[in-house]
Amino acid sequence: MIWASYFLAALAVILAWPAPIALSRARWPARSPFTAMILWQSIALGGGLSMIGAMLVWGLAPLGDDLISATAALVQIVGSGQSADTLGVIHVFALSAAALLGMHLVFTLMLTFVRIERQRHRHRDMLNLLSFPVDGNPSTRVINHPSPVAYCLPGGARSVTVLSDGLLQLLTRSELEAVLIHERAHLNQRHHLLLWAFAAWRSAIPWLPTSQLAHRAVNELIEMLADDEALKSVDETTLMRAIAVVAAGTGPQGATDPRGGSSALGPSQPEAIQEYPLATAQRVQRLLTPQPALSLAQQGGVLSASALLLAIPPLLLLMPLR
Amino acid sequence: MATLGDLERTVMDLLWAAPEAMTANVLRDSIAHTPAGTPAGRELAVTTVLTVLSRLEKKGLVERERDSRPHRYRATTSRADHTAELMHDVLVTAPDREAVLARFIGNVSETEAQTLRKLLGG
Repeated sequence: MIWASYFLAALAVILAWPAPIALSRARWPARSPFTAMILWQSIALGGGLSMIGAMLVWGLAPLGDDLISATAALVQIVGSGQSADTLGVIHVFALSAAALLGMHLVFTLMLTFVRIERQRHRHRDMLNLLSFPVDGNPSTRVINHPSPVAYCLPGGARSVTVLSDGLLQLLTRSELEAVLIHERAHLNQRHHLLLWAFAAWRSAIPWLPTSQLAHRAVNELIEMLADDEALKSVDETTLMRAIAVVAAGTGPQGATDPRGGSSALGPSQPEAIQEYPLATAQRVQRLLTPQPALSLAQQGGVLSASALLLAIPPLLLLMPLR
Repeated sequence: MATLGDLERTVMDLLWAAPEAMTANVLRDSIAHTPAGTPAGRELAVTTVLTVLSRLEKKGLVERERDSRPHRYRATTSRADHTAELMHDVLVTAPDREAVLARFIGNVSETEAQTLRKLLGG
């Protein structure tokens, strides 16, 4: 059982550091964003499980040959009120750390959910007062603002896509369609659930490279996935023009209207602070020079690796290893 | 039947358009002339209007003038200011913003704007 804990610890280190760094530098995720998304989820989940698992297994190692008998022995020790010395201080420490980390992750996930939901609720409330539904479609609303803005606010049946006046003025009909399909793809593919999980993962362990890199990658990948959905209905040039117009209108150079018209910006343009530089440029680059998707065999390889990452920690936890 | 949300919206629209503060009675009569005002031909009760007003007051959208009876109500800030505030929330990078709502394009830095211009200008 002690070997299982060493193996889990090694896996945890690999998934916390070299693996996410390598994946974040790889170029293939832009070619098959869906496959890359699966792999990132496995790295995060497998990493978390192996971190907790390593400490749990190591802490229980003196008590039995497998998780079940060791847990039973632990329950007996606690139940009969024996001193912690039976197990040894270091092992008690490892068990406590495993329990704390597990609780920390679950609580952060729940707290993040509550925080996000509260912000969404407040936003939706104001949106209902300030925006107007388009053509009797209650899930698409227009707000009177000069900046070209488009976004979606997830909320189950009450999900809305919001467009600004400024956007409607700047975009052609087909460009607008591209924006709408893009935003609805976020809602239909439930991207907010991924963002929630990875935002929680990042605030739970901000000091590990894996949570930062995963958060950033997931943010970029969902944009690619939504772009791909839009490309089923409009061509690359249309989508690219839509991106360019909106980016030019929201950026610091916003006053320069790409169509050569007058400025479409209000005076209250907030400063552009950007967390992940060049994400939009990468999106455009991808549309300018489309690369073929990974072959089926390559995708199968990545998916199998993802499945293994998820399967190994539970298997190691349950297998009697000595 | 109009929902409470629809009523809040109608009341705010009236208050935003009104040049001065209004009493609940005046508001009730004005609502009767809007599409949301006459659900199934029935008149809206003043108490319902007062409920809506106190909800809006709690949200900080409406303030009450207490020096006269009955109390008169007005909007705290203009519709345009509220919109600007809401859009500011959308456009500014805040923690977890991208999890709350997904923007078509995130904020673009000067470097990125240059890269974009280069990519699209050629």
